[in-house]
Parts: sequence; structure tokens; C-alpha cells
Amino acid sequence: MNVHYLYSLLAVIILGLIAYAGSEGAGLTWLFGLVIPYVALLIFIVGFANRVWGWAKSPVPFRIPTTAGQQKSLDWIKSSSIDNPSSTPGVIMRMALEIFLFRSLFRNSRVEISGDRLSYKWVIWLWLFAILFHYSFLVVVIRHMRFFLEPIPFVILMIDKVDSIFQVGSPVVYQSGVVLFAAATVLLLRRVFVPKVNYISRAADYFPLFLIIGIAFTGIVMRYFAKVDVVGAKELAMGLVTFSPGIPDASIGGIFYAHLFLVCVLLAYIPFSKLMHMGGIFLSPTRNLANNSRAKRHVNPWNNPVKVHTYEEYEDDFRDKMIEAGLPVEKE
Amino acid sequence: MADFPKPKEMFDSIDYALPEKQWEDVPPDLSPGNFCYPTKRKNLEYLGLPANKDEWSPSDEDWNLPDNWQTIIHEGFKDLLGKYRSLKIFMDTCVRCGACADKCHFFIGTGDPKNMPVLRAELLRSVYRNDFTMAGKILGSIGGARKLTKDVIKEWFSYFYQCSECRRCSVYCPYGIDTAEITMMGRELLTLLGLNINWILEPAANCFRTGNHLGIQPHAFKEMVEFFCDDIEDITGVRVNPTFNRKGAEILFVTPSGDVFADPGTYTMMGYLMLFEHIGLDYTLSTYASEGGNFGLFTSADMMKRLNAKMYAESKRLGVKWILGGECGHMWRVINQYMETMNGPADFLEVPVSPITGTRFANAASTKMVHIAEFTADLIRNNKLKLDPSRNDKNIVTFHDSCNPARGMGLFDEPRYVLKNVCNNFYDMPESTIREQTFCCGSGSGLNTEEIMDLRMRGGLPRANAVQYVHDKYGVNMLACVCAIDRAALPPLMDYWVPGVGVTGLHELVGNALVMEGETERTVDLRQEPLKEEEEDADE
Amino acid sequence: MNDRNYIIIGLVVFFALLTFPVWYNLGSASSAPEVVLTEKAKEAKICIEDADFMRREHMQILNNWRDKVVREDKRTYSGKDGKEYDVSLSNTCMDCHSNKADFCDKCHTYTAVDPYCWDCHTYPEVTK
Repeated sequence: MNVHYLYSLLAVIILGLIAYAGSEGAGLTWLFGLVIPYVALLIFIVGFANRVWGWAKSPVPFRIPTTAGQQKSLDWIKSSSIDNPSSTPGVIMRMALEIFLFRSLFRNSRVEISGDRLSYKWVIWLWLFAILFHYSFLVVVIRHMRFFLEPIPFVILMIDKVDSIFQVGSPVVYQSGVVLFAAATVLLLRRVFVPKVNYISRAADYFPLFLIIGIAFTGIVMRYFAKVDVVGAKELAMGLVTFSPGIPDASIGGIFYAHLFLVCVLLAYIPFSKLMHMGGIFLSPTRNLANNSRAKRHVNPWNNPVKVHTYEEYEDDFRDKMIEAGLPVEKE
Repeated sequence: MADFPKPKEMFDSIDYALPEKQWEDVPPDLSPGNFCYPTKRKNLEYLGLPANKDEWSPSDEDWNLPDNWQTIIHEGFKDLLGKYRSLKIFMDTCVRCGACADKCHFFIGTGDPKNMPVLRAELLRSVYRNDFTMAGKILGSIGGARKLTKDVIKEWFSYFYQCSECRRCSVYCPYGIDTAEITMMGRELLTLLGLNINWILEPAANCFRTGNHLGIQPHAFKEMVEFFCDDIEDITGVRVNPTFNRKGAEILFVTPSGDVFADPGTYTMMGYLMLFEHIGLDYTLSTYASEGGNFGLFTSADMMKRLNAKMYAESKRLGVKWILGGECGHMWRVINQYMETMNGPADFLEVPVSPITGTRFANAASTKMVHIAEFTADLIRNNKLKLDPSRNDKNIVTFHDSCNPARGMGLFDEPRYVLKNVCNNFYDMPESTIREQTFCCGSGSGLNTEEIMDLRMRGGLPRANAVQYVHDKYGVNMLACVCAIDRAALPPLMDYWVPGVGVTGLHELVGNALVMEGETERTVDLRQEPLKEEEEDADE
Repeated sequence: MNDRNYIIIGLVVFFALLTFPVWYNLGSASSAPEVVLTEKAKEAKICIEDADFMRREHMQILNNWRDKVVREDKRTYSGKDGKEYDVSLSNTCMDCHSNKADFCDKCHTYTAVDPYCWDCHTYPEVTK
């Protein structure tokens, strides 16, 4: 049994406790509320830029798009302009579908052995929960802008309103938070219980899931159960983004610091982890290039000079045989 | 092969249960029958590639690696990371979602978890993390990093030669991670240590010297082609007269040398020759550039470039206007995605224009090379060919999309259009097994070698399984393809899994259906078998 | 192909979005709102519970009150000090906290909370 998830679970619990105890018990609110957020953001920005720049430094020597549709060849054959783009607009569409709708993942299928045959079934679950996870996360992030902006722009208010449209309870329940927590949990359970996925999963796969589940969990707890002073939370957040940091007089509560700390850990962790897929997807050479290298010249910046076997060498090797066979030669 | 399992035994032996141990702790099976024979030293030397210390076998404990093998790999890896953004991205972005896991035909056929594309890449990635990332250096094995050991090298050798670079996984990967790219890099690194397989480097060395993988020398090449001309004359009464190395021809025709060497490729070759004669094409064959395929692709980018260079060099020497390419899979990956970048610009050639129809092939405006299926489809569309599809009536045909023209080019509808015009019975296999989702023959990328027959049959199972489906449903008895490796690999695959299904190239069927000027009435097909299957039509 | 310029542009846009709150709030030094108590509220010194509790849980209390009154017809609430209160937003809460704009709205606006109390209830100012 793959027990890598235990390391990750333990790590997230310890991290949460450190922040809770550190702020609540040791009074290190300035550390968890002010210093660490700045440091985390700095690590994120520098680390992210550094990683992307590292990618950018390596050239794309060959056009290697994965062609998933009919090429553009003869006029009367309909080409697949998105799955096998021959020009930039097609590439943009293809990338947009990948980034916004996870198109490739949507194709997912499962092989099954039934009797003496193989069969393939279209399976949508991974795609579905991945989409739910990412979009709910996005909404949660956007929704949190109410803590960072003053006055709060209309669009944020609208998103907030829509996200709590069912008006369940008080404070009203945000769907995005519940969906995020649920989808992340499903993705986690999948890693623990689906044998193949479990076999390929390592601590680096469980850790971000536990971290995000931990963030969602602390967030939900402090909104609906162990409530914190939300005005104080915003005061702290506003202090950070206006560079006039300060810990508000009112006690915000240890759970808030645990939440904030886990977010900081996530931010700082992203540049060094697989979570860089958020940037990598844009630069994937099998997706972001047009399949037009027969129509347009593409230059490889390091095009290595190589030793070739010239025709002259070839003819020298075989001249007599060629003459005998009546093949034309350059030198008699 | 007395102890070779029966198909049913092999099928029933497929087990997707996973090992108790973590994959890092499961050593690869390097017992005989589970690896490709390593290359002979002479091939390494001929090509000027690094050689390890002595002759060796993968089943040996000691592989005689050079003393500084770790440095060689580390520096080689660094070099590749600097040259290929693809490698960096594919190392960094995988989230191990598992979508690729059961998309690989080798995984489907073997059940070996390290044949899941994600783990094949992890073999490389674990070393990448250890050597090149901060997280890997700090966290070690918890961070998924692994020290490069001799066992890791063995694992690489085993699994990078259990991948046919078919790119099926990359269709499903949400980040487009292409295991073909990973495998190519892995093999390139292994080649730095002198570790390669004979089935790849012998053809590569042959091709370097003689111009083709099979090592056919110029005079023999000419003789073999002329032999087909005799056969064509016997069958049709028409004498075709191909020329060789002729300067001033309009078009240079390059096809894989398998087509002049072995059945059923040879029938495809006859199809080309008949077609060209019939339309009066001003073309020539070259004995120097007598290979369309490119086993360099399975070795390194540089080797690919060295072998590919002959096509442009020869077309320049002969002064042709453009190049026409025959039916071959990985040849077209090279032509479509690499050739002009590596060996261009081809500014001494002209944008291809069909001399028969006047069609300008704008899609090949830069590379100046046209696929024969595009060329023939255009001829048929413009009513330039007189075809009698009923001559193929005994064939109930399905079409195998070869991996490379499928996922490295997008050649889907051209061959189908030709097929539908040259035969009356055509049925596609199920959607999840054709076009961009097509399954490999199980023997691509240099794995078409006898000693790993078990692996090849397993890898080809998904393809065979889909053929079985249309065989049962429509009585399909002929599998058409546009790839020379397919034509070599699919017949034994069909014999094993779906007996009764033959394999043909597209232009063999064209040759059968083509009504040539001045031909006598045909009674046999290009295989010199009766056109109509007599009484025993209902052999099912 | 040199796409580094595009990559830099992409990075800049991403970081600009990421640090949007910094740009947005630039120059506007806002401070957290203070609740303003009416004279009557000051005089009373204590609400139905202590201030800290009220600050965090008032929405929950009001929600429970609503359910109690509307669904169970229970109209009394025992406070911490044992004192009984009439369960009524308009008559109990707003009796002291009659300054909705200063007492309720300031913080609600600050944190984008839009309680639906006033969908049914009217504010004291209007009733006056």
C-alpha cells in the first residue's frame, strides 16, 4: 500500500497547528499575519517567474504539435482547424479549449477486458471533478477579493451574490467553497482508492490536495462554525495590500491564522511543484504550435551541424557496381 | 518458438493487478525474450557513436559502462534540457492525474505499470528532480527524486525500448505531455553510453552508407525494382519503365526501402510504379536517397538529420522540382515536423504542383514534399484515373491509421478517400481505435524485431482487437495501411490474433483498381492471386 | 521562433492581475469602520450577549430568531444574564441600534455582506 499520503497529511496538519498555536498561544500574530504573507508572495513571484523563464530559455527546436484531427492539405478536404490547427487563430482556439475546458482530459476513456475482448468506455469523472475543482477554486479566489479591495467593485459583489444565491443559513453558504472542498476530496479519494492512480501517486501529489482541502476546511470552519471577526480579517488584509501592515486590535482568531498560513504555504510551494502546470500548459509544444511546418519554414536556433554521407562518398563506394548496372554516375 | 503462448493464453495472462512493491523497487525483467538485442559494436563505430567498453547483453549483471557514465548522463541531460523546451515542460508539469495510464497499447497488452506513460516519464523525471530541481535535492525520495544508479540505466533501457513513440498518450494528456519526446530523450541519453539496439542502429548504419535501411546496394536496388516491372508486365501486359538517379526529372520519388524488399510492401511498390506510368509522371527513383524511413529518429535528432539529409541533397543534385513521398509512417513524422527545419531551406526546389491536375500543394510550400496519398487523392478527385474498384471486391477492407501520419501530421481523410474510390467494401474500425486515437501496430520506433515477439504481440493487441471487431461484424479480411513498418509488423500480428486478415498498402489496392492504358484483361491481382475468390467465397 | 517576448508579456499580465489589489487600493488609505453606538445603546452597556460574541454571532442569532418566530412562534429569548428579550429585530435590536447606517451598514459594506433582513423588515428611520 502506498502510504505517501500519510506524510502529506501529517505535514498539512502540523503546518496548520503551528500557525494556530503560534498565533493563539505564542502571540506570534505579526509573524503569521504580516511577515509570512509577504515572504510567501515574494517567493511565489520570484519562483514562478524564475521557473517560467527557465522554460523560456530553452528553445523549441521543432514543431511537434500532436495532431488530433485532419490536416489542412487539399482544398476539398475539410481540415480540423482546432484539433489540428494550421494557423495562429486555430492554435489560440485550441489553447483556449485546453485551458478553459480541459479538452484533452475530456477525451478520457477507460479500457476494460470483457470476455475475450478489449473495450473502451468514455469516462467523464476525472474531467468533471477537475473542472469543478479548478473553477470553484477560481471563484473562491475571486470572491476573496472582497477582503483586499476597498471599495469593493461591483463585479466582485455580483460574484459573491451569485455564489450564495440559495441563501442557505447565516452567514449564507457559498456554493464554491462546498464544491471546492468536495471536489478536492474526491480527487484525493481517487488517489487513495483507485489502484492505478494510487500506484503512481507520491507525496508531491497528496500534499497539494491536503493543503487545499486544509485551506477549504479552515475557511469553512471559520465562516460557519468557529466564527472569526471578519472586519478584523479585512483590516489585516487591507493593511497588507496597502503596505501599511498592522495587526488589528480585535482578536481575529487562531483558525484565521491557520487558514492564512496554509494559503501562504501553498503560494510558496507552487513554483517548486507540479502546480506549475498552471504556467506550463501555455508553453506545451504539442499544443501551442500550428501544424504548418511543411507550409512554412521554421528555424531551429541550435541546428547542429552533422556529418553526412555525401553522394560523392556514396558513388566512390559503389561506382563500379553502378556503372555495371547501367546507373548514371558523376565520375566515370 | 515452441513455448510461445497461444493467443488465448496470452490474452488471459493480461493482469492489471499492481505489484506489492512500489515501482521504484521493482527491477525490470531483463531475461532473454524481454529485451531487444544490443547493437553490434561495428554499427556504433561506423556511425561514430560512443561505444561502451565491450560487447554486452542486457541480461548481464555488468553492462560495462564507461567509467564516467554518471557524468555523461548528467551532462547529456543538461544539454537536452537546454535544447528542448518540450523536455523541461514535460518534466515539470505532469500532475500524475493518470489519464494516460491505459492509453498505451503496451500497458494494455502487458499490464506492466511502468508501461503507463506517466511512469515511463517518471523514470526520467525522478532523475531530473534529483539532479536539476531544488525540491528534489532537498526532499529526496519524498519529493519523488531518485539517484542515478546503474539499475536506473537498466530500467531506462528496458522501458524506453518498450515505447513505440506513437504519441497516443499525448492526445489525452491535459498538458500535451508527449511520451514519444520523453522516449526519444531517454534513448538519446542511453546512446551516449553506447547503449542502443541492433534493430535500430544496423538499419541506421546501413542507411548512412547505402542510402537505405536494408543495406540494398545501388545495382541490387535497380534489379529489384526491375523485377517488379516484370511482374507488372505479367499481370497487366503493360511495361513500366522507372528511371534511376536521372537528372532533370521533374519529381524525385522516395519511399521506404521496405517497399522494394519484402511482401506485402512490394505490391505497394508495384502500385506506385503502375500509377506513375499510367499518368506519365516525369519522375525518378534514387539509389542514394533510397530510403523514406528514418531510424535516426529512434536514436537522436542528429542521427535523424544525418539520414534525412540525403533527400534534399539528392533532389538538388538531380535538379528535380519537388519530392513525392511514399507510404511510410515515421518517415512522414520526420518530413512533416522535422525535415525542413533540420535540412532546409529547400529553396532550390519549387512549390509542388501536380503536373497532371495542376493542383498546387500549398500545404507543402516550404518542405516541397507531397504525400502520395495526397497526390493520388487529388488525381482521383480530378477524374484523372480510370478505376475499377470491383477488382478489389474480394477484399473487405479496413484502414489502420499509422501512428505518425495520424498524430504527427493528421493524414486521415486522404487515404480514406482513395480507399473508397478503389474498393467497394470499406469499413472503419470503432472510433476509439482510429484516426487520432489509433493504436500502434506494436512494433513501431525500431521495435520490429523478432526477439521481443511476445511484447510485440501484446503491444499490437489493441489494434488486433479492433480489427477482430470489424472482422466479425463485416467480414473484414484486409487491413490497409500507409506505413512500411505496418506492412512488416501487421501480418504476423494478424496471423496471431485475427487469422484470415491480410495486410496491404494503400497503393496496392490502387494498382489493382487502376485501369491502365493498353492493359490486357486482368485475371490476377498484384499478388498474382485470382481476382475473384472462386466458390470458397464463404469461408467464414 | 522567438517567443520570449510573449512569455514576458504573459508573466507581466499574470503578476499584474495577481497584485491587482495593490494597484486598485493605491492612494486610498482606508481604515476599518468603527461601529457607532447610539446613546441608548451606550447607556444599556450590554446587549443580549457580550459584545465580542455579538460581533461574531449576531447573524446566527438573527437567523435563529427568524426561524423561532416564524416557524415555532416562540417570541422570547433568554440572554446570558437571564434577562428575557422579545425576539424581534425591529423592536428589540433596532430599539437601541436605531442607527442602521452607522451600526449595521458600515461593516456590512466593508466586507461585502448583504443581509436579506431588509427584504422584509423596514428600517426605523422609515417607520419614524
